[in-house]
Amino acid sequence: MTQAEPTDVVRHHETVVTPPGEHDITDGGPDMVQFLDAEGNRLETNETNAPYAEIVEALTPEDGRAMYRDLVLVRRVDAEGHALQRQGELGLWPSLLGQEAAQVGAGRAMREQDYAFPGYREHGVAWCKGVPPENLLGMFRGVNNGGWDSNANNFHLYTIVIGNQMLHATGYAMGIQRDGAVGTGDESRDAAVMAFTGDGGTAQGDYNEALVFAGVANAPVVFFVQNNQWAISEPNYKQFRIPPYLRARGFGFPGVRVDGNDVLASYAVAKAAMDAARAGQGPTLIEAFTYRMGAHTTSDDPTKYRVAAEVDIWREKDPIKRMRGFLETKGYADAAFFDAVDAEADELAARIRKACQEMPDPELPTMFDDIYVDEHPVVAAERAEFVSYHSSFEGEGAH
Amino acid sequence: MAAQNVPTGSVQRLTLAKGLNSGLRAAMKADPKVVLMGEDVGKLGGVFRITEGLQKDFGEDRVIDTPLAEAGIVGTAVGLCLRGYRPVVEIQFDGFVYPAFDQIISQVAKMHARSLGALRIPMVIRIPYGGGIGAVEHHSESNEAYFAHTAGLRVVTCSDPGDAYWMMQQAIASDDPVIFYEPKRRYHEKAEVDLDERAGAPLGLHQAAVRREGTDVTLVTYGPMVKTCLQAAEAAAAEGISLHVLDLRSLSPLDLPAITEAAKRTGRVVVVHEASTFLGMGAEVASLIQQECFYHLEAPVLRVGGYNIPYPPSRFEEEFLPNLDRVLDAVDRSLEF
Repeated sequence: MTQAEPTDVVRHHETVVTPPGEHDITDGGPDMVQFLDAEGNRLETNETNAPYAEIVEALTPEDGRAMYRDLVLVRRVDAEGHALQRQGELGLWPSLLGQEAAQVGAGRAMREQDYAFPGYREHGVAWCKGVPPENLLGMFRGVNNGGWDSNANNFHLYTIVIGNQMLHATGYAMGIQRDGAVGTGDESRDAAVMAFTGDGGTAQGDYNEALVFAGVANAPVVFFVQNNQWAISEPNYKQFRIPPYLRARGFGFPGVRVDGNDVLASYAVAKAAMDAARAGQGPTLIEAFTYRMGAHTTSDDPTKYRVAAEVDIWREKDPIKRMRGFLETKGYADAAFFDAVDAEADELAARIRKACQEMPDPELPTMFDDIYVDEHPVVAAERAEFVSYHSSFEGEGAH
Repeated sequence: MAAQNVPTGSVQRLTLAKGLNSGLRAAMKADPKVVLMGEDVGKLGGVFRITEGLQKDFGEDRVIDTPLAEAGIVGTAVGLCLRGYRPVVEIQFDGFVYPAFDQIISQVAKMHARSLGALRIPMVIRIPYGGGIGAVEHHSESNEAYFAHTAGLRVVTCSDPGDAYWMMQQAIASDDPVIFYEPKRRYHEKAEVDLDERAGAPLGLHQAAVRREGTDVTLVTYGPMVKTCLQAAEAAAAEGISLHVLDLRSLSPLDLPAITEAAKRTGRVVVVHEASTFLGMGAEVASLIQQECFYHLEAPVLRVGGYNIPYPPSRFEEEFLPNLDRVLDAVDRSLEF
């Protein structure tokens, strides 16, 4: 089949629509909000980043150090999860390597009362929301299906079915509206929601319905799409013809592309969007342009579908290297600080490892717990049968 | 005090549709966290007018006209539950629930368990179901077995105006998610209902109801087929056959004590429903009865239901749907053993 000539409609948007089978995954283009170059030098204010410059300017050196610390610790959490899977302690681990800045930027833009709805790779957002990292391990170890109280930190359980959570986030935001917790000007009351998914998630029906509902309701929700360029083995051009940030307009609200490897930019864009949502100005879609450096999960083999040269290009854009460069250039941090963060990461890793290895297997009958709030006779009967069956082995010796 | 002598004056003759409407209204009055959502539920009052007048009285924030997207309706309702609301969502017709199937099965049913009991999804999903109204395709299905098969969901169905009124309120009060099936061809059936809250619900949401006492053969049924079975019992009585009619009301959980009692009473059971019999509710009921009542049975448990084909064009539906003759034929076969 020959490639059809672009229609007039497409020509009107030729800067937008990529030809099928083509896209540049290394360059976010002129629309991408960026504050740090690859070495961590502060970029001049330009037309694209100007709306967010004030937010970045308001950051203190201490904020910068705190962001750097988050990046390093989150990477270490991820590395430990990966190692624990390789050692047989976890059944699976979805790595966030390369996406630390996007997640820390988004996470730090949230206030305590804001609610996050993650996919299953948002370990960095969990960190920023105060979820103990070891709590993330239970579901990957197979002892539970989500081992944290989502209301304790306003961080919902991980959602495995791609895109389901985008609707939960939107509904939660509609609840915030009904509670009158938006646009009051009270910083401790006004709340918003952040919903996380990847580039693959943008193809899902639930994602698109969530954007429709959010737009119609003008709900206080920020959709944070981490475009890490790969949906398992499928590149962006198998997911969409125009990038997510440009599609937002079709749903009736703004879309912004941000450099997801630049923590300052990710934070500034996320904060502006969350502030707007809390103020009653409705949703924003943020496309964090980033890269998944590792496999989709530990079950995946990225060498089958992508070339090493591509990974090398992105290694140069490393978010931690970039932030460190910024802090050093500005003189905001010294060697002692970086050493202390590394030491803290070592301690954190040891803590996670210990917690993982000491995580007990659940008592077997608990698999019948909490299926229903009120007793369900079928579940109750099966539980009793199960307990009776197992007790029939008592006295038969160890097995 | 002569309170006990105060006449309630609250007994009204209502259609099943009005019973549902009144039940919704009572629940919304009782709890400001109850919100209704669905396509056309606002000004129009739903295509069957079940939500008629509610938006006018409770406002657009509580009776929400949604975009035309079923996954969106159910998925956003999950989020509202997480924020402390009790959404009652309307799926316009049985055959339109499938776009929301993923949300219901993957999220609504499992979130309480996944959160180790920390999160609750007190949602009611209303589905007008069943055939017999001459509708076009996708408007006449009985898909209750899909949901009854899924742990974490409660599945119920009303068969008369009184149950419509009380079961709706009980379903909304339930902290578990409830799939609430409404027999659309019975929407206009009338009966007297005591709306006084002091009267209370005569039965729990999970309980079956004996609709007619009998001694020869037990009919186990629910929803739109209850009326059909009662008519069959009338006809059988004229021939000297006494049919016992049990209305399941709850499909998950099943009221096992009520089922075994009804089965043992006659030793002969015919299960009647509109859905295809293959892997339908009747299969489960028959299996439970043979497991629990084997020595009481005089005949194999028989099933009368839809054939194992897609719901057919409406010119076929009189033959597809169980009717008096097919029920009575099964009764005769049971008695022949």
